[in-house]
Formats: sequence, C-alpha cells, structure tokens
Amino acid sequence: MKYQTVIGLEVHLQLNTKTKAFCGCSTDFGKAPNSNVCPVCLGLPGALPVYNRQALNFAIKLALAFSCQIQAYTKFDRKNYFYPDLPKNYQISQFDLPLSRQGFLDIPSQNKIKRIGITRVHLEEDAGKLIHAEGVSLVDFNRTGIPLLEIVSEPDLNSPQEAFEYLTSLKNVIEYLDVSDCDMEKGSLRCDANISLRLQGAQELGVKTELKNMNSFKGVKDALTYEVGRQTQLLESGQKLIQETRLWDVEKGVTVAMRTKEGAKDYRYFPDPDLTVFTIDQPMIERIKAELPELPQEKVRRLVKIYGLTEYDAKILSVSKKDAEFAESCIQNYPAKDKKEIVNWLIGPLMSEANLRKVQLHQLNLSQKELISLIGFVQSQEISHLSAKGVLTQLIDTQKSAQELIRQGNLEQISNVDMLTQVIESVISENAKSVNDFKAGKDNALMYLVGQVMKKSSGKANPKIVGELIRRRFFDA
Amino acid sequence: MSIDQETIKHVAHLARIELRSNELEELSGQLHEILDFIDKLKDLNVDQVKPASHILPISNVLREDQPQVSLTPAQALENAPSKQGNFFSVPQILE
Amino acid sequence: MELNQLTAHALLEKIKNQETTPNAVLESLGLRIKNTDGKIKAYVRNPGLIDSVFDYPTGFLKGLPITVKDNICTAGLVTECCSKILQGFCPPYDATVIKKLKASGAVIFPLKANMDEFAFGSSTENSYFGPTRNPWNLDCVPGGSSGGSAAAVAADEAIWALGSDTGGSIRQPAAFCGVVGLKPTYGRVSRLGLIAFASSLDQIGPITKDVQDAAILAGVICGYDPADSTSVNQSVPDYTQSLGMDIRGVKIGIPDEYFVTGMDPEVKSIIEEAVNKLKSLGGVTDRVSLPHTQYAVPVYYIIATAEASSNLARFDGVQYGYRAAFDNLIQMYKMTRAQGFGAEAKRRIILGTFALSHGYYDAYYLRALKVRTLIKEDFDAVFQDYDCIVTPTSPTSAFKIGERMQDPLKMYLSDIYTISVNLAGIPAISIPCGFTKAGLPVGLQIMAKPFNEQMLFRVAHAFEQHSDWHKLKPRL
Repeated sequence: MKYQTVIGLEVHLQLNTKTKAFCGCSTDFGKAPNSNVCPVCLGLPGALPVYNRQALNFAIKLALAFSCQIQAYTKFDRKNYFYPDLPKNYQISQFDLPLSRQGFLDIPSQNKIKRIGITRVHLEEDAGKLIHAEGVSLVDFNRTGIPLLEIVSEPDLNSPQEAFEYLTSLKNVIEYLDVSDCDMEKGSLRCDANISLRLQGAQELGVKTELKNMNSFKGVKDALTYEVGRQTQLLESGQKLIQETRLWDVEKGVTVAMRTKEGAKDYRYFPDPDLTVFTIDQPMIERIKAELPELPQEKVRRLVKIYGLTEYDAKILSVSKKDAEFAESCIQNYPAKDKKEIVNWLIGPLMSEANLRKVQLHQLNLSQKELISLIGFVQSQEISHLSAKGVLTQLIDTQKSAQELIRQGNLEQISNVDMLTQVIESVISENAKSVNDFKAGKDNALMYLVGQVMKKSSGKANPKIVGELIRRRFFDA
Repeated sequence: MSIDQETIKHVAHLARIELRSNELEELSGQLHEILDFIDKLKDLNVDQVKPASHILPISNVLREDQPQVSLTPAQALENAPSKQGNFFSVPQILE
Repeated sequence: MELNQLTAHALLEKIKNQETTPNAVLESLGLRIKNTDGKIKAYVRNPGLIDSVFDYPTGFLKGLPITVKDNICTAGLVTECCSKILQGFCPPYDATVIKKLKASGAVIFPLKANMDEFAFGSSTENSYFGPTRNPWNLDCVPGGSSGGSAAAVAADEAIWALGSDTGGSIRQPAAFCGVVGLKPTYGRVSRLGLIAFASSLDQIGPITKDVQDAAILAGVICGYDPADSTSVNQSVPDYTQSLGMDIRGVKIGIPDEYFVTGMDPEVKSIIEEAVNKLKSLGGVTDRVSLPHTQYAVPVYYIIATAEASSNLARFDGVQYGYRAAFDNLIQMYKMTRAQGFGAEAKRRIILGTFALSHGYYDAYYLRALKVRTLIKEDFDAVFQDYDCIVTPTSPTSAFKIGERMQDPLKMYLSDIYTISVNLAGIPAISIPCGFTKAGLPVGLQIMAKPFNEQMLFRVAHAFEQHSDWHKLKPRL
C-alpha cells in the first residue's frame, strides 16, 4: 500500500435522561411535532438554562469508562451560527475546557488489540429536526436540547474496518453503562468521520475530508471505503485535495461535496454567561467510579476465568449487557462443572431462536430452569438433540415444562435395539449405494445412513446407538 | 485599531444583517471611533490577570432530572410568523 | 394630592384603612395617563383604555398596580422590547419577578413602559415607538434605557415601576427624572423572563418615588430562583428594617476618579453638597481610589455587545416576531434583521460580533474579561475599609433630545459613572439630591458590597429624611 489511511471519528451520543439538558421537557422519541417544547428549549426571549444533574453524572460515567481524565474545572460555551433547527442560533457546547480528555478504547484489529485514543468527551445540546417539503423547510423542536455528548477520537484509525470496530466496541461499552439507547436509526448515536491519506511513513497529515450523513456503522465503513478510493485516485492523478465536508449518499454509494455553512473559525465561541462553571472534585469522581458496572472486556476475562469459557464464546455472549447477564445466570445455574454444553446451547439454538424472533437473548420468554432441565434430558440420552431443539421452540411458545412437552410429543428417544434394528434394515434396503460407500470406508456414508434412520423415526432414534448398530451390522467384531 | 469595510461586511454576514452601502459607510466611521476609544485597554498589562467570565463565585448549579409540563403545540406555535400543521415553516434550505 | 401622586406605601396604608380601593388608584392613573402621556410617551401600544380590576388579588400589595418595562415577559401581554423585530410577541409565560409580584397581590399594569430598543441606549430615543420625554423638561430625554418606567413614575403616571439595568439603565433615568432607582446585586433578582441584553450584567430593579417604596419592592422581587443558574441562594433580609436607621459612623468612600473632567460643574457642586449633608448626618467620608475606572466604558462596550450579539441571534423571524418575506433563507434572515433592528441595535450586534470573531477575540473580548477582574478588585479593596461609595449617578443632568444621537461614543460616555457597578456585580441606588438652575434633577449614586442592599437603603433613606427633593413634582 502506497498510502496510509488516517481516520478520526466524532460520535454524537444522546444521553437517555428523562428530561432535556437545560429544561424539564421530556426526551421521549416520536411525539407529535413541537409537543416536547418549552420556552427554554425553544429559546424564547427571557428563557434561561439550568443543566441536568443526571446528564452530568452520565457524562462523567461514560468518560470514566473510557479512562478519560475528568477536568477539575469545566464550563459551557456558546457556539454561534445561524440555522433554523437551532432556536437560539447558538448551540450550548464546550470549547476550551471540556469535561474530560485523554481516554482510550481498545479495539480488535488483525487478531491483535489496538489502542485508540479518545481526545475528549464534552457536553452539548442537540438541535431540532428539519423536514424539507415543497418550497419550504419545516421545523420540529422536540429534539432540541436533548443532552448530547461529543466523543472525539484521535486520528488513530487506519482503515474503514478499524473505524467499524471502534464504533462497535464503543457502542458495546456504552450499552453496558446504560446512559444512551445507542440507536443509530433513531439518531441517538450519530457519527461523523474525518479521513485523509498520506504516503506511508510520512509525518504530516494529508488534507482531510469530513464525512457526514452516515446512518449505520456499515454506512460509516462504506463511506470511508469510498473515500479512500476517491482520495487515492485524486492523489494518483496528481490532483490536489481540498479540505471539505462531504455527505454520504447511501442510495448511490458515493460521497458528494456539501456547500459549507459557517467555517469552524467563525463560530465565535465564548463562555455562556447564563450558566455557571462546574468544579468536579475527586470524591465526586470516586463516587461515580464506584457506580461503574463491569465493562465488556472485564466481563469476558471473568467468564473465561471462572467458567472456563473460550474467549471466543465469552465475547459472543458479552456483546450486550443484558444478554451477558442472562447467559451468566444460566451458566451459573447449570449444575455440571463443565459448562461447554450450556454455552453451546446459548450460542447455538438460543441465539437462532432470538434471531428468528428478532429479539435479544434475554428477551426470549424462557425459564432457565426448563432450559437446564431440557439439556439434562439430552445429556441422559432420553431425547435426541434434534428433538430437543423442537422442544426449545415450544418451551418459548407455550411456557409448559420440558418434561411435559417431551411426554406430549412422544419424543422419548428410542434406544431399544429391536425397534431400531427394524428401522435400520429398511433404511439399508433402500440405500444400497450409501451402504456400498460405507463398506468402502467412507464415514460420510454412515452419517447419511444415521440421518435417514433419524428421519424415519421422527428424530426419536438415539443416533449414537444407531451408528453403533450399523457399524456392527457390517463389520461384526 | 481600524476596521475596514471588508471586515464589517464579513461580520455583518456572520450576524445575518444586510447593510445598505450608506449604513456600511456610517458604521465604519463610528466603529472606527469606538474601537479607537476601546484601544486604551491595550495600555494595561493583563498577562497575569484571570478573566472574569463569571463575576459570581457560584458553581455546579444543576437541576434534577424531573419532567416538567411542556407547552402545547398550539402555545409553541402561537407567535409563529409562518407554520404548517404543527411545524414552524421557513424558506427552503438549499444545500 | 391625587391618588396617582402618592407613594405605594402611602396607598397601602389608605387601602388598609379603607380610605380608597385599588380600582380608584387604577382610575386615577388612567385619567392621568389620558391627560399627560400624549406629552410624555412613557407607555407604548397605548390603546387609550385601561380595564379596572374588580377582584382584588390577595397579598400584602393589595391590588396596587405596578408598571413594567417592555423587556420583562408578562404572560398574555405583548412584550416587544420596543423593537420592530419582536412585533406582536406575546410571551407564554411570566417572568419570575412578575410571578412574585402577582403572588404578593400586585396587579400588572396593562400598559408597558417605553425603553431603548433591547435596552440599548441612555436616552430612550432608540425605541421603535419613538422617544419618551422628560417630565421636568419635555425637550430633554428621560435617560435610558428604562426611560419610560422612570418618566411614568416621575409624572405620576405610575405608582412604581420595574426597570432593568445593564450599565446604568435604572439609575441614570431615575437620576434624570428625579426618582429613586435601585440596581440590585447581580444574582439577587431572577433574570428569568427578562429579555437578555447582556446576561452577565443585567438585573431587574425598582424605580420608585421614595426609598421606602424601593425597599418594599426590592423585598418582593429579590430572592433565589432555581430556574436561573445565576441566581444566588441567599436569604433576603427585610429591607424596611434598614429604613430610619441613622448613619453615624458609616464609612463612605468618595472615589477621586469620579470627579474629573467631563463633569458638569453644576452637578459637581450639587453632589458636593449632598456629600456634606451625609457628613452632617454622621457619615465619615474619605477620598478613595478606583484606579481602573477609566477602563470601565471600553470593557463594558466589549462584554455587553459581545453577549448581546449572541443573545439577539435568536431574533431571526423563525418562531415569533417580524419576518421579512423572502424565499431564500439567508436573505430572509438578513432582511428580517436589517428591517427589524434599529440603528443602535445593529451597531452593537456588529461590534459584539467583531469582538468575538476569529483573530480579535484575545485582543478584545478576553482582554476585556481580564480588565473586568481588575475593576472588581478595585471595589473589593475599597470595601475592605468602607461601607459604601458615593458618586454622582451621571456626569450631567438630562440632555436635549437628539443631542447625542449622531455621536454614539458620546452617548456611551453618559454611563461612565454607572457601568463599573454592573461590571463588578455590586448593588447601587440613585436618589434625587438636587436640581440644576434649569430645573433638572440630579441623582446621587450610592454603591455597596455585594448583597448589602441594606446599606444602600440605610444611607439613602437617611439622606431622604433630611431633604425634600423627592417630594417635588414636575409641572405638566
């Protein structure tokens, strides 16, 4: 590769407080236009802001989760620019004294862990929503004033894939903190990207493009991938890049230059005289630190250490905090010392059920006790694994007990040799080719024959015994 | 400190105020005089002085995260120069 | 004396003794306004009719009406800051001071007082509705920006009034009109509902016929408001307790920097006489120094205009007020603001935008904030040894209408004695202390430590008890 890609991400995160940043209006999503508004968030003449205590707590919590330095003295500034979704024509934000600086996030990259710097996490407020109609733009101020955090990464990301991993890990951690819905579709998590290319080994950064309007993590990756191509082509053809803002067009799969509003140097930041400063002392930081939940990386480490899970399995189960809690509780209650079986069930059949139903693992209406009891029946060979999967579906649908469902479905596994031999004989007579293959030493053919027996017995045959019986039938020892 | 007309034009654009040429002319004279007067601040050495962005010694003013009654859309839109349904309406934004 | 000529405390006494009713007071004000406001123009949007209040509110103010400046939000009552850009704006909420007044039984007078547009000015000539005239001389300005409130009180078109003070906007018009005006400590009165000019300087305060009324009204409007982040949570003493106390041994500083060139010699001698009176009442006076005084006006015009440029950005024709009809958004913004703001508002917005703009921030805004610190430290030092500081309120008495309109800098210098008080956040009061030969009132300014309004009332009341200036009425 001739060029090195340099990417920095700016994530805007809505905090899931009950009320807005500076007023008592609800933050509920999807309400009738201009119904969650008051003089403060509408910026009516004479209105004054007072910051939300919970938003500050959430912000500190998040900053600590990324090991940021919380600043002892922080203040709000006004960022001045005119836009119809900004009722005061300034955004309350933070400029030179942000809440926190110098954190980091570890992400997986090429089978290694890479540490990505977090430059700053600062407080600000959201803008309203614009809808473009015939000849006019319509403004809804419901979103105006929802507390936002801006999380700015260092330009430490060197590929679109790393950017994707960063966002995934970031979201993963934030979900554990329960300070935001992290829903890109609802706009509670938004991401802009800065990307530039430079010759490998060069010290100076290249001319950067700011990318906006990506609506998913995949969109971020796609837009960056497109941009790497576009910039490479320009550089290769000897053209000069200009610093600009480009919008991602998801339909066409291209980025297009955006007409700029005010340049960054025209924002006229100054301390907001309507708000007082915040001094955050060590005891406050310690108090919030003590409230931090176990974060995903710690959880994975612990699941591996205590329950002997593989790191791969532990990671899959730790993607969401609530799923991880559900899984851990199942694992804990599973009586055997070796947890492999329950983990396989969680990652296999349970996750398929959850995906099928478009819910999360913990949202499956499933009693842990029945799940464990079902696995017990499989372990004791009372029912086949195949039948058990069917029982699992019914467990979720009917709320009956595993035992009852097995009895009702007449699913007890057939281990009786006489009964099985009858079925095996008929399968053998119908599958001469596979029998020959098996005799010729092809193990796959045995699998096939066993499968046919299972099918004929409606899944009730004990596959181990069936396999053994077929083997003995031809290679009588 | 003098302020040229280009600067005033740029500043007026940032402030979204259209200035007629006679206003620009007049303002540039007046601002020149005012800024001259203000320039006396440069006599002072303030290197060691802390800026008083807030004159009050108070800090950490916060409110509890408790919902308050909002305005109804009708109240919110009562003073609107132009509206459509429950929305405020403005001339179309051309990107 | 007619009812409208009385002070609030005199009327409260009469209402209590059932010698009169709030309706009678309203009627007498209505009559007075009908007869004289054509000349004074203290009120705006005057429809010529005033509804009487038939149900007396409960509370110790017993239905007494109060006049409110046009930049304080009154629910359901048009509030325009005397600007075209807020045309027809009807706030959906009451300012905290209005809530407090209503809860204390006051009636909000249905006409609002004239002012310089957005409180930008020292003469009330910058009102969209045209100037208010000084009741003592109709050719003169009433001062500003609370000129309507001060003129209404002086002309007995109001019992008492609320003004707002960012750089002298209560005290200077009070001085020009011969009435009492108090700027409380920053953070003492909630700013919620006061349409902001400069948020770090603005305070609402009383304009009254005597010191006792100012103490009563301050007692109602002062106090903590959790909805204003800059409101200070400190209990409010009973200010009327400070009335009638003597001032023997009170240490009074007279700053040298306030008696320099530019001061009208007539004003100077009236102030010297007033200082002598304070001495004769037992006050101990000394010359003191506030060395950074000369920097107050430049600091003020940077900080105040910078904050104003941002505070007034919201007036853009989107949600309320005037909108110029254009199909292009940027043109709509620019023409709305070009047509909606008056000349002084545009001048200040552009100056403030400049002071904050890239490349000039450090030289202007940041430097001004630092000098503000020095000005505050000047006061801290004097108040280590003194209970109060006494100065003239204004270097001159009321000037002629039109005289300073073409010279903004000269107009800005009208506030040279009042501005430091706002920069330092301290309280100050202006009381009548004499008249020029031409028959125009002169005001005495008293300043005190933060949250020591009691000292102001004590000294002001002692002075007032030994003078009759506050009792004189203009002939109209």
